[in-house]
Amino acid sequence: MGGHLNINHLMFLGQGALWTIGLSVIALIGGGIVGFVIALARISPLKSVRIGSAVYVQLVQGTPLLVILFLGYFGLAAIGLKVSPLAAAGASLTLYVAAYLGEIWRGCIESVPKPQWEAADGLALSRTQRMMKVILPQAIRIATPPTVGFMVQIIKNTSLASVVGFVELMRSGQIVNNSLFEPFAIYAIIAVVYFAMCYPLSLFSQKLERRMGRGRSNLAPA
Amino acid sequence: MQQNAPSAEPIVSLRDVQKSFGPLRVLDGVSFAVARGEVIALIGRSGSGKSTALRCIDRFEKVDAGEIVVCGHRVDRPDVNLRALRQDVGIVFQSYNLFPHLTIEQNITLAPCTVKGMATSQAKDLARKVLAQVGLEEKLHAYPEQLSGGQQQRAAIARSLAMQPKVMLFDEVTSALDPELTGEVLKVIEQLAADGMTMVMVTHEMGFAKGIADRIVFMHRGRVHETGPASILTSPTTPELTQFVGTGNLKS
Repeated sequence: MGGHLNINHLMFLGQGALWTIGLSVIALIGGGIVGFVIALARISPLKSVRIGSAVYVQLVQGTPLLVILFLGYFGLAAIGLKVSPLAAAGASLTLYVAAYLGEIWRGCIESVPKPQWEAADGLALSRTQRMMKVILPQAIRIATPPTVGFMVQIIKNTSLASVVGFVELMRSGQIVNNSLFEPFAIYAIIAVVYFAMCYPLSLFSQKLERRMGRGRSNLAPA
Repeated sequence: MQQNAPSAEPIVSLRDVQKSFGPLRVLDGVSFAVARGEVIALIGRSGSGKSTALRCIDRFEKVDAGEIVVCGHRVDRPDVNLRALRQDVGIVFQSYNLFPHLTIEQNITLAPCTVKGMATSQAKDLARKVLAQVGLEEKLHAYPEQLSGGQQQRAAIARSLAMQPKVMLFDEVTSALDPELTGEVLKVIEQLAADGMTMVMVTHEMGFAKGIADRIVFMHRGRVHETGPASILTSPTTPELTQFVGTGNLKS
């Protein structure tokens, strides 16, 4: 115990912050890929696929992320599957993010006005062609502001990975505090760093939303 | 496209078509046929079933009973090849429904390229040709939002024409337009009629229907109530059509 906050501590926190960003990127990419599949599955013509994906979404959305992380790290270890904290945290966050992004994106796809789907059908486009050439390009514009907004949630939620021993920003703060015992100063620094990561994204999301509002005429009349 | 069928064979035929939305019976035994090159105007009050009848032809609505044959496709059957049907049928909607993220040229070339596998350069030539047909060559690279309503609707007609359909369906295509913009769209449709395109149009423009249609189909309560040449608009035989054309619908 003892000593003062010095450059080494700050370097350690900085390293933790980089891992927070790294884990967020892993969660976004993994969750984005799985979430895209979930979004398409939710509007599949096959009823079993629709139901299966809906059950997945409900299960994950009805479970605390903390529990998913425990299951992924301690649970798998208990049944003989030893996974690293990074793998457990990355996989858990991917499953978690996929459920939310899948629902957000399904909503965006379905909010492309129905006449656009009919116009594509009327031109004899196949389901896939309709989705790729007509619906998704419009849905992506609609989806961008809420997706960027959700990235803020992802960044903040990575702090929970500290409980499985993954040394991201939160965990590195705990470690530094264990040696210095200056919780107020250290957790204040941590809070500021999280804020510095999230606030620009929030601003960006708002800006995108305003731009979308201006471009409302871009959407076809319903 | 194979044209073994004799030309007397109708391009579109509906026989005793029934369709309900829940408890509401929208089509109650509709029958009519459209011969090659014929222009049919479907008229009637709101809720008379005329738009539903039109949408059944392109199978945007499934019928409950009856028979629909369009260019040899049995549209009433569940196993109908929808994509083949829709290559033969062009449809233009009230709300234009151009794709907002694509230029006019891309709107037009999309289906010929992706559905028919046409080469891009060939499709671009085609786009110029059909745009010239509707008088919009200079809007090739514009986005839909940069066009007026009348121009958007003409572009939508051009997009449909690019698929070289055998029959075109128009669903109240001028209802969303100001009177001054209506004229430019109607002129395009008149030209198509003069070129011999087979057309079925739902319209509220009685003057236009009278001028262009070979036959009027007046729908009332889900049935074809009166049908005949355009002259029935000026001398209707049923009291319902008399009342319909008498309520100020027949102007201009």
